Amino acid sequence: MTILEFTAIVALVSFVAGLLGSLTGLGGGVVLVPLLTALFHVDIRYAIGASLVSVIATSSGAASSYVKEGFSNIRIGMFLEIATTFGALLGAFLATRIPTSALAVIFGAVLLYSAFVSRKPRPQALRNLPPDPLATRLRLNGRFPDEGGSRSYKVQHVPTGFSLMFGAGALSGMLGIGSGAVKVLAMDQAMGIPFKVSTTTSNFMIGVTAAASAGVYLNRGYVDPGLSMPVMLGVLAGSLLGSHLLVKAETKSLRLVFAVVILVLGLQMLYKGFWGRI
Amino acid sequence: MPGTEATGRQRHPFQPQPWRDRRIEIILGNLLRTGVLLSAAVVLSGACIYLSRHAHEPVNYRVFRGEPSEFRTIAGVIQSVMDGRGRGLIQLGLLLLIATPIARVIFSVVGFTIERDRMYVAFTLIVLAVLLYSLLGSGVGL
Repeated sequence: MTILEFTAIVALVSFVAGLLGSLTGLGGGVVLVPLLTALFHVDIRYAIGASLVSVIATSSGAASSYVKEGFSNIRIGMFLEIATTFGALLGAFLATRIPTSALAVIFGAVLLYSAFVSRKPRPQALRNLPPDPLATRLRLNGRFPDEGGSRSYKVQHVPTGFSLMFGAGALSGMLGIGSGAVKVLAMDQAMGIPFKVSTTTSNFMIGVTAAASAGVYLNRGYVDPGLSMPVMLGVLAGSLLGSHLLVKAETKSLRLVFAVVILVLGLQMLYKGFWGRI
Repeated sequence: MPGTEATGRQRHPFQPQPWRDRRIEIILGNLLRTGVLLSAAVVLSGACIYLSRHAHEPVNYRVFRGEPSEFRTIAGVIQSVMDGRGRGLIQLGLLLLIATPIARVIFSVVGFTIERDRMYVAFTLIVLAVLLYSLLGSGVGL
């Protein structure tokens, strides 16, 4: 395959990945690493570098459309970024000491776990609980536009959410993904934040989290310009389109897409990790 | 933004809610979009040079060799842009992309300072310190 053909096909695949990543709140990267390694036989370290860069583009490019809708919560985002950036730093340093097959297994396990958790029904009682006193002190509770007005929400289980976000950051730094899956699950299920708020706020945070490990990756030579170029441009175009569709899409169908995509990719990564084809 | 003022009046004065942050959020969103579009433009122009010179060469990413030092450091990237290299220009665009969320965090410090929210100024400074440490502490300095 010539560089021109490779660039064109990778750009097209990345466009679709960016669209899916944006619609599901996964942030493209989680789709890209398995696709680049499986379809294009790219070494996982180059794939991780390119995906990390695309993750920043996805997050930052979509953020302005999200904030105009009034979905994202900047305080929740900033508070939890403390956890994710420390985690990302740790994850990036850990990644140098882990063999690529182990990275693939961790990647697969994260995806399967995310698929499993996202299908568990959310307890209804959570909505009527009083807020975590810590959430009130940290001013995390908020409102978001809903049909015919706005709906308020109260944030639960702040320490649990914060710890999960540290883990999400570590995975992001280790695997070069946005960890949108873990972030959405931490905020949606542990902290009881409405799905659209958690999706958009997590998207807002992903860029900062990825930037925390990007320096380490660039320095290690994981970021190849020839590969990152079509990936970044394709994902950016796809995610911009996806962020316009998100506002109109239904939460229920989004979650189903979310679960199926991560399940398939998780199985694929586990297979690659265990059978050494990575 | 007339809507913001209306909701602002209904809000309890001692509970600043995200509604009040709308202006900061919108400015931040625009900052991010500008940074991303700028970096995409730089990457795209680098891509034109790179593809015009190397379009018909074979691709090989199967074996990890790591990038040469000119694509690993800020100084190296700037030097290769000066030399008129397409891949250097792409890498410069990617550096701009990495800088975009960092700029957002810097702007958030300003935003929270204007709102006199000391707690969130402190939170944001912690995040900024981590970001700068990861960039400068890992060797990608000048």
